[in-house]
Amino acid sequence: MDKNNNKAWLYLLPAMIFLGVFMVYPLFDVMIYSVEEGYNSASQTYFGIGSYNYNYVLRDPYFLQALKNTFILVVITVPLSTAIALLISVGLNSIEKLRDFFQTVFFLPYVTNTLAVGLVFMILFKKTPYSDGFANLLITAVGGTAVDFIDGPYWAKMFVMCFYTVWVVLPFKILILTSALASVNPDYYKAARVDGTSRLRIFTRITLPMISPMIFYLVITGFIGAFKAYSDVVAIFGTDLNAAGMNTIVGYVYDMLYGDSGGYPSFAAAAALILFAIVLTITCINLLISEKNTHYA
Amino acid sequence: MKIVLQNLTKRYPNRNKKIKEDVIAVNNFNFEIPDGKLIGLLGPSGCGKSTTLNMICGLEKPTEGKIFFGEDDVTELPPENRGVGMVFQSYALYPHLTVLQNIMFPLENRKGKDRMTKEEMRQKAEEAARLVQIDQLLERKPSELSGGQQQRVAIARALVKVPRVLLLDEPLSNLDARLRLQTREEIRRIQKETGITTVFVTHDQEEAMSISDMIVVMEAGVVQQIAKPQQIYEDPINLFVARFLGTPPINVFKGEVKSGILYIGKDAVLKVVPDSKWKEGAQDAAPGVALKEGTVAVGVRPEGFVPRPEGELHCGLTAVEVMGRDTSIVATNDAAIGGSIRTIVSTEEIAHAQGETVNFHLKPGRTYLFDEDDGSRVRCKFLPLQ
Repeated sequence: MDKNNNKAWLYLLPAMIFLGVFMVYPLFDVMIYSVEEGYNSASQTYFGIGSYNYNYVLRDPYFLQALKNTFILVVITVPLSTAIALLISVGLNSIEKLRDFFQTVFFLPYVTNTLAVGLVFMILFKKTPYSDGFANLLITAVGGTAVDFIDGPYWAKMFVMCFYTVWVVLPFKILILTSALASVNPDYYKAARVDGTSRLRIFTRITLPMISPMIFYLVITGFIGAFKAYSDVVAIFGTDLNAAGMNTIVGYVYDMLYGDSGGYPSFAAAAALILFAIVLTITCINLLISEKNTHYA
Repeated sequence: MKIVLQNLTKRYPNRNKKIKEDVIAVNNFNFEIPDGKLIGLLGPSGCGKSTTLNMICGLEKPTEGKIFFGEDDVTELPPENRGVGMVFQSYALYPHLTVLQNIMFPLENRKGKDRMTKEEMRQKAEEAARLVQIDQLLERKPSELSGGQQQRVAIARALVKVPRVLLLDEPLSNLDARLRLQTREEIRRIQKETGITTVFVTHDQEEAMSISDMIVVMEAGVVQQIAKPQQIYEDPINLFVARFLGTPPINVFKGEVKSGILYIGKDAVLKVVPDSKWKEGAQDAAPGVALKEGTVAVGVRPEGFVPRPEGELHCGLTAVEVMGRDTSIVATNDAAIGGSIRTIVSTEEIAHAQGETVNFHLKPGRTYLFDEDDGSRVRCKFLPLQ
């Protein structure tokens, strides 16, 4: 028995070393950083242990702005992208002609580089001395006044951000949902038809429960992904996110470490742990909610 | 409710687009299913039996022909307006709903004046559950039930709306052998109790034989024979039907009719005379018409062999197998298709099967002649040689 146990540990060792070095140790290190007050990475010294870093971060207007931005992004894009993906998937599932073509079209954003897409969005939305951008052309065409979406009012920038995020996460969600829909046994639909079930009822009483595990998976990963938004924001608004007022929590952490005003690993660590706590809480709430509403076959 | 199928035909465009010709799944099916009977559609997979069932159900539209329930033409009606109950091969029970919710599902769909209160629905569902004896399991989820119980729930769900016609697609194929026996009797009982005209599809001849009032044997979209189970076994219309029904299957020989005598290989086995009682289809061998002579396919049921030292058919003995009450003699004969034959004999007769060879008398009532080319039955009567 003992011998077997040793063997088992031996087999587990590579994975455990890997996880330990690259996951567990950094996590603890970040926790330690976050409580070391006045830590200086050059001299490797600090003044003392305490909650000052958290106090600072939670009072920093840039962090609060980043927190607000991230929350708005999460609350808008996760439900919206999941709902749109569901709509498109159901549509894709019910057409026969050109299904492969549309599937390819909808999947294209997934294989396109984030920065390249960001550039395209800038061209679509940015106001320059030469052009108002495609979006503004549309707005003025229907009689509205042009807005600068990239350097203009906050809501306009937020709109571009949400639009972009939804557009970028759609392909993966559509992929998952179309395969989930396709895997539902067609006999359920036939049985429902024989019993005279309306289309709406088929969708709400059969289709949705059947694919609920996949929807739930998309919501959880969607929440986590949106909370970790950073590269998309950079792609549209450039690297000086604090100035643009469009920073996110991850962006704040990055700025604290490497940005122009950076060099504060303790603040970065505190902010990262706050993000960690938020994501953990939200995921737990998600799990609790889904336990009642998700059916696993 | 009787069901009438008139010239029912279903064609699909060929999957291989280079072939212009359509695939004919069901070809010109004519049949009147009497009220309150249990009908088995039997055939190998791909013979069109499921397509026929789906057309009766309304899930598929016939290319040609008409379907009547009683006097109503339902050909153009969608399934929900036909009053059919369907049990699917996979049962198609909604896994996220309890047994009670599953059974109530069809009732909840009703609108307008047919709408029922929660109490009425519950009452109806419980009634249906009691009929199939699952009223103890109403709060369970389908995944917590055995295959047989799931099957009953599916039947209850089909019956709860009191359909005019009950359709079952391969109802027993997902059950193990023991449960299959039990469930098929159950289906028979439920059908008798409700008196609902029932059509079920199966590829298992034993299943069809055991519970059907009538069997329809299909092959390649064409109805081969419609008759009572025993009649189909005893009087097959062609070689396909003869081969499809019966376990062990019928033994087939290449034979020849020469001057009124049937030969298998070199052995003269039986005297052949025209069947004087046979009237329908006078082209075969009407009374007085001499039997066409020449090569034929000879089918002999396993129980049609009687081992005797003086038997006319000479075979090589391979093995004697005793399995419970059945005793089989496996023998070889050069004229047999496949080279070997399997017979079922009574235990006392094994004594005649010893050594290298075994000889058989053939029972006239268990021997059939078929056309060598198209497999159609050659009607005739057999007499012993002496």
